[in-house]
Amino acid sequence: MKVLSKLFLVVCCAAAMAPVGWHAISSVKSPSEIALIPPTLLPREPTPVNYQELFRRRPVFRYYVNSLAIATMSSVVCVFSASLIAYRLARIRGRLRSVIRAALLAIAFFPPIIFLFPLFELVRHAGLVNHPWGLILTYAALNLPFAIWLLTGSFEQIPIELEEAAAIDGLTGLQTYRMVILPLAMPVVISASILVFIFSWNEFMFALTFMNMESQKTLTLGVATLSGAFAYEIPWGQIAAGVIVSAAPLVILVILFQRRIVAGLTAGSVK
Amino acid sequence: MTVGSSPSSVPTSIPRWARLAWFVPGFLLLLAVVCYPILRTIFLSFTHESLATGFQPEFAAFDNFARLAGDSRLRSSIGATAVFTLVSVSAEFLIGLLLALAANAMQRWRNALRVILLVPWTLPTAVIAVLWTWIFNDQFGALNALLIRAGILSSPVAWLAHPGTAMTAMIVADVWKTTPFVFLILVAGLQNIPHDLYEAIEIDGGGAWARFRHVTWPHLLPFVFVALIFRIVQAFAIFDLVWVMTGGGPGGSTETISVYTYQTYMRYLDFGYGASLAVATVVILAITAGLLYRLLVKKYESAL
Repeated sequence: MKVLSKLFLVVCCAAAMAPVGWHAISSVKSPSEIALIPPTLLPREPTPVNYQELFRRRPVFRYYVNSLAIATMSSVVCVFSASLIAYRLARIRGRLRSVIRAALLAIAFFPPIIFLFPLFELVRHAGLVNHPWGLILTYAALNLPFAIWLLTGSFEQIPIELEEAAAIDGLTGLQTYRMVILPLAMPVVISASILVFIFSWNEFMFALTFMNMESQKTLTLGVATLSGAFAYEIPWGQIAAGVIVSAAPLVILVILFQRRIVAGLTAGSVK
Repeated sequence: MTVGSSPSSVPTSIPRWARLAWFVPGFLLLLAVVCYPILRTIFLSFTHESLATGFQPEFAAFDNFARLAGDSRLRSSIGATAVFTLVSVSAEFLIGLLLALAANAMQRWRNALRVILLVPWTLPTAVIAVLWTWIFNDQFGALNALLIRAGILSSPVAWLAHPGTAMTAMIVADVWKTTPFVFLILVAGLQNIPHDLYEAIEIDGGGAWARFRHVTWPHLLPFVFVALIFRIVQAFAIFDLVWVMTGGGPGGSTETISVYTYQTYMRYLDFGYGASLAVATVVILAITAGLLYRLLVKKYESAL
């Protein structure tokens, strides 16, 4: 039984790593080697040529900057407005509170396609097509219920006596929030920020609809639409390079923050 | 900072409007990005607004909903969505549960395990779709090479060109990405179970199965519900994976409701009908979630 379960874990880990590993290996093969049938297991002569071609043909650096700006801003706007609401919500008792929480949960369960077309109309009327704020506001709002849910759970744990003490010391509500509540809830604030960042970084459908200029695309959108941009041959080496380029920042994020990511995911789902 | 305010002027009760101010940024966002689109969608679903009407809204009463009833493409997309959701969520749940049970018994390597399993979940679905498209590619794909070398296949299969295998490929990609999510939720659930419950059943002479049946499972049920409901809702709304891997093909066989709705909106520019498809999606999802809730929560209450 013990051996069997260990074997199962090993197999699953291998399965989790193999596809990305295969792309990492393939991305450093030469274009002629990548076309070999059957494929070679390891590259004969590792070469950066696929990466060079990818960065030369597509504005990958722009994609990066766009994604970084959009995901960061979405996360900041979302977690900031969520924390204000969550702070108040954590101190309300009774029916109103459960009604608001249920409504937030319901919103989180709406399929994103519901919002797509009316939002596209709005974004177009506001002149925000191909503009980062169209996506930033969309991502911030769509992730708001999740962030509020997560933060409320954490703010509730903070004893109300601390706030009363702060009020006696002459702190206003906003000062208490900034100097007492936020620092105490920092781990959960970080969890929420990272998760909203990842959700925004990964989003595809709204990016596809709102961003049609090459220079405004996010990295996810840019990499996902790579193959469509080549009319004749599909350059698999460059696509493999694109997958690795878009995976790299997320892998680093996971390694650095796995504890906070897992804590946010499970707390947000379980409460 | 309000310098010089004396301790006697401590604001013990903040005025009502000031309390509401905290809600303003978030509620404005939700109003514009969530509430308005929902109302607009409902409104649109009762109008004809398309290329044919010159994009002017015309009152349509229940025309769009009558059209839904006779729409074979909708039926086929509901079928594809149902198959995708049912099979992938079942597989994710089963593998995720086994993984969680196996990992929970381990003392070491837990962090390494979490990092390894978290990576697929963190990657963008659209990029994962690209990744698996290449693995399932008939000429250069790793899968065909692997299966031919192992002697299972004699000639390469065009996985994404046949309805059954294309759906399977999509499901494999989805299971690969989202099993870690189920795993994490269930591990959290397992760690929540008090240890003395296991000791009690061991004193009663229960084996591994009795432990699972009478302690683990009933206590895990709320977590099972959370994992399932999140996964079902997400799988039901799947868009990016389909869009990038198959585009809904071959022959519309993998077209999910979200993809069909998107096409109706953005390609056929039929906004009224697109909106009614969106409304139908929510209704179906609400019914599914309600049934699941009754099924699992009732079970949970009777198990305790």
